[in-house]
Amino acid sequence: MGSVAEAMAWSAAGRMTARPPMVCWFEDCRKDSVPLVGGKCASLGELIHAGVRVPPGFALTTEGYRRFMADGGIAHEVQSLLAGADPGDLAALERLSERIRALIESRPFALDIEDAVAECYRKLALRACMPAVPVAVRSSATAEDLAGASFAGQQDTYLWVRGIDEVLHHMRRCISSLYTARAIAYRANKGFDDASLAISVGVQKMANSFTAGVMFTIHPANGDRSVIVIDSNFGFGESVVSGQVTPDHFVVNKVTLDIIERIISHKQMCYTVDAATQTSQAVEMPFERQKVQSLIDDEITELAWMGKQIEKHYGQPMDIEWAVDKGLPAGGNIFILQARPETVWSAKSQPSAGTAGGSAMDYILKGMLAGKRVG
Amino acid sequence: MKFPVPHDVKAKTIPGTEGWERMYPYQYQFVSDDPVRNQYEKDTFWFYDGLHYPEPLYPFDTIWDEAWYLALSQFNNRIFMVPPVRGVDHRIINGYVYISPVPVKDPEEIGRRVPNFMERAGFYYKNWDALEAKWKVKMEATIRELEALKIPRLEDMEEMAVVTEALGESQGYHLLKNYDDLINLGIKCWQYHFEFLNLGYAAYVFFLDFVQKLFPSIPPQRVTQMISGIDVIMYEPDEQLKKLARRAVELGVDPVITFSPDWTVVEAALKKLPKGVEWLTSLNLAREPWFNISTGTGWFHHDRSWNDQMNVPLSGIATYIGKLKQGVSLDRPTEKVRSERDRITAEYRGLIENDADRKQFDELLGCAKTVFPYVENHLFYVEHWFHSVFWNKMREVGAIMKEHGVIEDVEDVWLLKRDEIKSALWDIVTAWATGVTPRGTQTWPKEIVWRKDVMRKFKEWSAPPAIGIAPDVIREPFTIVLWGVTNKSLADWAAVQEVKDPDSITELKGFAGSPGIHEGKARVCRTVGEVGELLEGEILVAPTTSPSWAPAFAKIGACITDVGGVMSHAAIVCREYGMPAVVGTGHATKIIKTGMFIRVDGSTGAITITR
Repeated sequence: MGSVAEAMAWSAAGRMTARPPMVCWFEDCRKDSVPLVGGKCASLGELIHAGVRVPPGFALTTEGYRRFMADGGIAHEVQSLLAGADPGDLAALERLSERIRALIESRPFALDIEDAVAECYRKLALRACMPAVPVAVRSSATAEDLAGASFAGQQDTYLWVRGIDEVLHHMRRCISSLYTARAIAYRANKGFDDASLAISVGVQKMANSFTAGVMFTIHPANGDRSVIVIDSNFGFGESVVSGQVTPDHFVVNKVTLDIIERIISHKQMCYTVDAATQTSQAVEMPFERQKVQSLIDDEITELAWMGKQIEKHYGQPMDIEWAVDKGLPAGGNIFILQARPETVWSAKSQPSAGTAGGSAMDYILKGMLAGKRVG
Repeated sequence: MKFPVPHDVKAKTIPGTEGWERMYPYQYQFVSDDPVRNQYEKDTFWFYDGLHYPEPLYPFDTIWDEAWYLALSQFNNRIFMVPPVRGVDHRIINGYVYISPVPVKDPEEIGRRVPNFMERAGFYYKNWDALEAKWKVKMEATIRELEALKIPRLEDMEEMAVVTEALGESQGYHLLKNYDDLINLGIKCWQYHFEFLNLGYAAYVFFLDFVQKLFPSIPPQRVTQMISGIDVIMYEPDEQLKKLARRAVELGVDPVITFSPDWTVVEAALKKLPKGVEWLTSLNLAREPWFNISTGTGWFHHDRSWNDQMNVPLSGIATYIGKLKQGVSLDRPTEKVRSERDRITAEYRGLIENDADRKQFDELLGCAKTVFPYVENHLFYVEHWFHSVFWNKMREVGAIMKEHGVIEDVEDVWLLKRDEIKSALWDIVTAWATGVTPRGTQTWPKEIVWRKDVMRKFKEWSAPPAIGIAPDVIREPFTIVLWGVTNKSLADWAAVQEVKDPDSITELKGFAGSPGIHEGKARVCRTVGEVGELLEGEILVAPTTSPSWAPAFAKIGACITDVGGVMSHAAIVCREYGMPAVVGTGHATKIIKTGMFIRVDGSTGAITITR
């Protein structure tokens, strides 16, 4: 017997219509799954399909979101609260946002949605061999509301969430982040119709990061396509992504995979799990670790190789988040958490570095006349 | 960046060396009595050419400095008309050579030189292979002429043939003439040396420049890897040693060869065995020309060839025999090197985004690959083969001067400038002709004693890496490539200069010559004679290396040099053998001591002293 929704669809239309599912495993997604699971989850599915090592997970789809907002008239209530909101009055918007978010976060999912999510979480726990498997709960914006979602991005990642109740709670928090004051104002100003708004929420097994960070398959400072740049810190990658710490910096030759630059920084903090509260916290870096190379050479090489394969698969420079899992042995412990096309250099059109005709002599002459800067 | 004023450095004369200026040509001095020249010297950037002169120059050896002073400059400035540069000026302080590229300052003049350059350099680039083939013929002819040149002894009575053949000339006259011929052949050889070199370096330097524009972080060692030849003459002497090692094992005479490090002992033993004689035949075939390879750079009179020091190639052959017996392959991994080179080139090319850049890349790469064989091979013809024969001919001249009491030891001849030797020979020849004693017997020996002491004092002195005022831009290709005058090296040199206590240094930087990381014991070898002491896996630290150091590379785990860039011998050989190299460190041989435990990172150019 299928889900209640499916049964309703069957009876209403007198025939089986293919309603989208409310939950979807990442591995069943591809890059064209964006309308269903949003950009982040679609990308993870694409990576898994390409053979990249990604922590498993599932998404509450946009269909699940729509069902949630429709059930119990949440969407209606939100609309009426929004009516007459003055986009210019920030203080009022803040109060409004608080009310809407509290509303959303206090309403339960319908039983069938809860069951679907719980079943996925249970299966995820089985795969991870951990009953209350720690997960990251993240919003995954869809293309249609990407502009709006850029403002919803503030608190859309929750780390080290354990247990189904917490998972559902943080899902609601991700959904409610659509209604921050700025997001409300932005959509009001642009005349955005909230009815077409949709969001997905990803639930992914957390890599228990010993070290994590970001990787670019193009040099972010000079657009050099022949290198891979890696920034790393101990603990969860958030310290690097958020810019709260000066990470260790490595430049790897993409063609030969040797490490051509190594800068070990003075790392003063990191994010780790507080054992007592089972939450992710920012802590001061123990003194003896502050100047230690957070990613060892073998890991750098393996990670760079993975970045090279990902770039090859997507056919463009990529911006990647990764983690080295504490619990797993070398050779199987580096995970890709996210990968998206790099946007800065790819958008620039590179002027030709050569001469008009391309002859060697013309270039040699041009070079001689220009000379090399010294000092 | 601030560097000392040249005249201040010169003014601090080392006590006991007052008057040293007379040991070198007069135009090599920094002057104070000529305001125009003085100002020019102050305003210019002079850097110590440590690559070619790790030690102070002996007066006679200055001949090569003068030869390339002329040749490099003339090809830049009077023949190919390189638009923005003229030649390279030279000075000497305390026996150390400082050089300075001379720019063309007037933009209009630069503009006028452009079409001439395009036509003349264009001709050479277009016809490179044919011209290079002609060059080889010319060079070999010059070397044969040198080998055939006689340095006649002065007999009590001339040979009867002088009379019966109505020669009309004495051996005394021939000695004078042939000395001039000897010197002229040397200068001529260096004229040929530079015929292609400036253009070769220009092609390399601007290929590197273009690739760095496309890929700012590309390590220069990878660029060189894309164009480096596989079968260059530089490797041939070493290949001959390997061939001889294999032949020895084949013939079963390897125990004789590995029996003693002394060639005279081994040769005598081999002569007693029929298989030994067979092996010696193979050896003699290899000796000409391959054992003319110098054990140093070839620039100094004390650089002897393998032919002069058979113990050196003997130790190389013994090392290779040892490896063969262990079942280790001696083959250079040429297939692997070639396919890796092609793979890297294709991958970098694949990363180029637009068609115009790709075309430019192909054109420049093609040009660089055409010129590189000459760049790598000319060394063997000039600095090794020609020089080895030349030094020995000069020793014959020295032997005559010793015979006539003007110098006490043959090796004293190097303390005289070449024109002083000419004068001394006139003194000797006229005295011989006349039947009296040359005046020089009373004047030269004491002067030589003083000069030897001056040279000893010069060796203790540390030449500052750079003096004068650094320019914003350098346009002379040699300067950029060969001596590694880049932003980075100047800063590194300046930093090392500032450290008062070398023992406190634990980190060194140089150019990343060959990738990889190796940790191990350091062994400082200042001359190739010391490489016999190297143990397996040790890290060689040397002022610079040359093909004659080949046996060392069979044992070491990594190499560090004081001078050189990514095209230096150490870098090229280490890349081929897949071991790390850091080159152009400036002062590694002074800071690192034998026995220190060090870590070499050939991918970043960093050296760490851990113990």
